[in-house]
Amino acid sequence: MNTANIISAVCVVGGTGLLFGLLLAFAAHIFAVKKDERAERITEVLPGANCGSCGYAGCSAYAEAVVNEGAPVNACTVGKSPVAQKIAEIMGVEAGEVQEVVARVMCAGDKASVVYKFDYKGIKDCAAAAKFAGGAKKCESGCLGLGHCANVCPFGAIKIKNGVAVVDDTLCQACGKCIKECPKHIIKLVPKNQRHWVLCSNPEMGKFVNQYCKKGCIGCKLCEKECHFDAIHVVDNHAIIDYDKCKNCGLCAKKCPRGVIMSVPRENGAKTQVVTTAN
Amino acid sequence: MAVQIVSILLSALLTENFVMVKFLGICPFLGVSKKTETAFGMGMAVTFVMALASAFTWLANKFLLIPFGLDYLQTILFILIIAGLVQFVEMFIKKSLPSLYNALGIYLPLITTNCAVLGVTLLNVQNYADSFIFSLLNGTFSALGFTLAIVLMAGIREYLDEDAVPECFRGFPIALLTAGLMSIAFMGFSGFSIG
Repeated sequence: MNTANIISAVCVVGGTGLLFGLLLAFAAHIFAVKKDERAERITEVLPGANCGSCGYAGCSAYAEAVVNEGAPVNACTVGKSPVAQKIAEIMGVEAGEVQEVVARVMCAGDKASVVYKFDYKGIKDCAAAAKFAGGAKKCESGCLGLGHCANVCPFGAIKIKNGVAVVDDTLCQACGKCIKECPKHIIKLVPKNQRHWVLCSNPEMGKFVNQYCKKGCIGCKLCEKECHFDAIHVVDNHAIIDYDKCKNCGLCAKKCPRGVIMSVPRENGAKTQVVTTAN
Repeated sequence: MAVQIVSILLSALLTENFVMVKFLGICPFLGVSKKTETAFGMGMAVTFVMALASAFTWLANKFLLIPFGLDYLQTILFILIIAGLVQFVEMFIKKSLPSLYNALGIYLPLITTNCAVLGVTLLNVQNYADSFIFSLLNGTFSALGFTLAIVLMAGIREYLDEDAVPECFRGFPIALLTAGLMSIAFMGFSGFSIG
């Protein structure tokens, strides 16, 4: 190989590289997309979980929506008030209150208290089990207990305990993924400071519920009579608490003959302990 | 001419399928084949880049490398061209078609390192050094063959996700077995020829 060959090789490859480099530099200038700095800064303060609970595709999509479409600054349920404050500072607006909510499974029918129709041995997934004769539990609105919600939870906040899904409210960020995925639709959002909720969503009459679940609401309305604030009502044969009126007094939970109203003890500086059963 | 085009089309899609027969571009084939939608997006991005790369590398080979007698530099020069091209395409799409840019996402820059793209350009200058049209068509059709393979794979993997696969086979093992069986099926096309 002689010198001319080497020089021509260097020239061709180097020249092409230089040409492409210049072209790209030039193109970068022409095709530069102007980005709003605020969107990037908002993306940085967001938790980055990309859970989608704000209603947008991910954290950066939400940040862009805040800047470009005037989306509310307090829509992030994971970051809650601190994040809303920071976004509000970046955008130069007032941050509203973020009511902290947490997901709750409206079922207490653990293995010991429900009647099973059959022994389910199919795919270990709630969606599959729900399609197969509505699941193994005789109760049509009972937790299937196969942990589909636990699998989709990006924060690892749901555990299956004795055949029923239980949400750990210290980990739950209220992203709503489990609510969308649950084939029985028995997961609901409850205000986080709310220490009482009803562990049943069965719409059937009490005499039927009695036949297949020891822990199901029978719609006896004792809680309704006991409540001083008109905050609990039996609708569709099961009790529903109106969280705007409830004062967390716990009288309903004490009165309930089935122990179906969940009552978390008042916090004494320690973390809230969620009891698995309602007794 | 027409017969030759059909021959190129069939060989690129079936008998010489890049993924299934030549085993090029395996990385995106396994990495991006979990959902049919993204697999198709990846296929389209690869098609776009492969067609452009075929055209540019053919020109570079014909008017730059051969006149200077530098054929041995094909690999490195083609890598350079493909990388530059992908960067340029990414910028262009980001500016003019933001929705397509969002849909392709990370796959677009990943194509730079897709060996199928380099493979097709090198095979083009080997087999179709005289004809610009044929290299361009071969590049496009090979990419369509890649799309076919990756979309089929994604479809099968979507079904597999819902099937009761034995625990030890779940995920990648069953995907690799599937890929092998699909490859055997595609090998069945070998021997066909037109014209």
